[in-house]
Amino acid sequence: MLRILRLPVAGALAAAALLSGCGSIEPWVKPYERERLASPLMKFSRDGLADRHRDHIYDVREGSRGATGVQGGGCGCN
Amino acid sequence: MAATERWLKAGAWQRLLRSLTRLWRARPHRLVRRGSVHATRVAGGVLGGLMAGGAAHAVDLPEDRADAMIHVYDGGGVRASGPALLVRKKLNDSISLNGTYYVDMVSNASIDVVTTASPYKETRNEFSLGADYVYQDALITLGTTRSREPDYISNTTNLDVSEEVFGGLTTVSLGFSRGSDQVGKKDIGFFDIATHWKYRAGVTQILTPRWLMSANAEAISDAGFLGSPYRVARVFGAAVAERNPRTRSSRAIKISSLYDISDVVGSGARHSARAEYRYFWDNWAIKAHTLELGYNRYFGDAWLAEGFFRYYKQSAALFYSDNAQTETTYVSRNRQLSAFNSIGLGGKVAYTVKQVPGKYEIKLNGSYQYMRFKFSDFTDVRTGSLYAFNANVLQLFVSATF
Amino acid sequence: MSFLLRTRLMRTARAAVGALLAACAILPAGAIAPATTAPDFTLRTTVGPNLRMQEQRGRVVLVNFWATWCAPCRKEMPHLNRLYEKYRASGFVLLGVNVDDDTSKAAAVATQLGLTFPVLLDSEKKASRLYDLNAMPSTVLVDRDGRVRYVHRGYLDGYEDTYDKQIREMLKE
Repeated sequence: MLRILRLPVAGALAAAALLSGCGSIEPWVKPYERERLASPLMKFSRDGLADRHRDHIYDVREGSRGATGVQGGGCGCN
Repeated sequence: MAATERWLKAGAWQRLLRSLTRLWRARPHRLVRRGSVHATRVAGGVLGGLMAGGAAHAVDLPEDRADAMIHVYDGGGVRASGPALLVRKKLNDSISLNGTYYVDMVSNASIDVVTTASPYKETRNEFSLGADYVYQDALITLGTTRSREPDYISNTTNLDVSEEVFGGLTTVSLGFSRGSDQVGKKDIGFFDIATHWKYRAGVTQILTPRWLMSANAEAISDAGFLGSPYRVARVFGAAVAERNPRTRSSRAIKISSLYDISDVVGSGARHSARAEYRYFWDNWAIKAHTLELGYNRYFGDAWLAEGFFRYYKQSAALFYSDNAQTETTYVSRNRQLSAFNSIGLGGKVAYTVKQVPGKYEIKLNGSYQYMRFKFSDFTDVRTGSLYAFNANVLQLFVSATF
Repeated sequence: MSFLLRTRLMRTARAAVGALLAACAILPAGAIAPATTAPDFTLRTTVGPNLRMQEQRGRVVLVNFWATWCAPCRKEMPHLNRLYEKYRASGFVLLGVNVDDDTSKAAAVATQLGLTFPVLLDSEKKASRLYDLNAMPSTVLVDRDGRVRYVHRGYLDGYEDTYDKQIREMLKE
């Protein structure tokens, strides 16, 4: 019975370790260093509508689909 | 922990997500249904996390934007073109609404149509409405899309949550879509349905002030009528209606990298290079690789140009056959499910017509892509050799951000 | 691994991811905090001569860190200009510290926006590192004794009213 609890407990301990670690790692790229990243050149997807059309063509003409979603970094400000 | 306790602890967002999943009355395969409950739990966990986070700064809503586009696809005897419009407007600092209208006027004389039927013309209209809501570091997007054709109606709803963590260096996102289609055939009307569930997760990480990387994964499940009522398969040389499985489960993972190479090139202008790879696999035994390389460059302040190359290769579905020599439960001659590769080479150009910083910006954009599809196991019955075709994709649009 | 074990592990992993995101969502605290002395710096202005932070003692100072590539910063500028014009005669000074790599671009945009307050150029990010900024824009309000009183991260509509209230409060002291 206790053996079954071993993995979830280990998982929770690992999570706790990760949490404390996260707070002590400083973000290494400061907001004022994000000038290059704010440019349209550094966006995975600049034009949502055009990319949607292009993805639609690939979906129809090819047998695979998915994972084309783009997450933006947004403005390099925050 | 009792189910009720978990329910109460989860919080308002998770309750909302659970109600949404209950509202959808269709009865999916039991494994898929469990998956959607798990998805809501994870989303609820993320949302619960963001509620707990006390960060004072907020992520930005997408900019106000209006796009008007003309798109053309011309390849393999199919010509699909039409206008598309997008409007996005912020209501206040936390909510933004957007609407899209997309039209596909299709003139179809593809090899399947020409060899088994006669060319036809048809128009598809698609409307989308969406809302974005910002809460502290998270962006919640809710949207719905309705697509209408004379013989196919599709409704999709999606929910995406994206959160900036770790000082804004990492953006984590989760998304869920559910699509419900009505499948029809000319002269018969609507006779069947198809439902789709998509679960996606992604991470975008700023690695250095010059380097951005992103990883995305998506699992898609389909149930219902998944083929085309017009397409025929070939068994022992004779044409029979195709028989597709009534379920499909697929996974895709994609890794992308974007690097600012201005310092490397050193010409004073701004350059960036992009590389993306996606691997796809599903329970129809299709495996596909997609590789895309892109290069962006600014010419002066007003011109932004991009060149890209795309290579795609897929293996055939288990039940695909150009000319089946055995009787199988499922059989299909859908070339989209066969083993083939495609190469794409294209360019995009954006010209900033007028820019008032902080106020508005108007751009003229154009893009052209040449694609070549080569099939390894699909014969052109008119010539007897393996089929291959070229396609041209053209987009012309005006975009205004304000 | 048994099915039961695997499910439990997956559930714990998911909960951990959620909790991890919660912890990481909390901004790490910057070095600049209320009730500490505002760090001193000397920077070149767009008009030429250097400006030193310490010399502003005796006046209420609002230090705003901004950049031309940051949209909320640009949105905030007209409001800051208005605040400067309103209170400058009462012993208030507004320092706009620009962190662009390209200083000429900073000067050009400052002129375009019609900024009347001093714009300092911090292309080497010396002052930004001293103030340990973790958001753009960042606004630091310093009282007449050189002590940091309020720190604002980012900009949303309505922040300028808060600045107005806080400046008035500090001017009364």
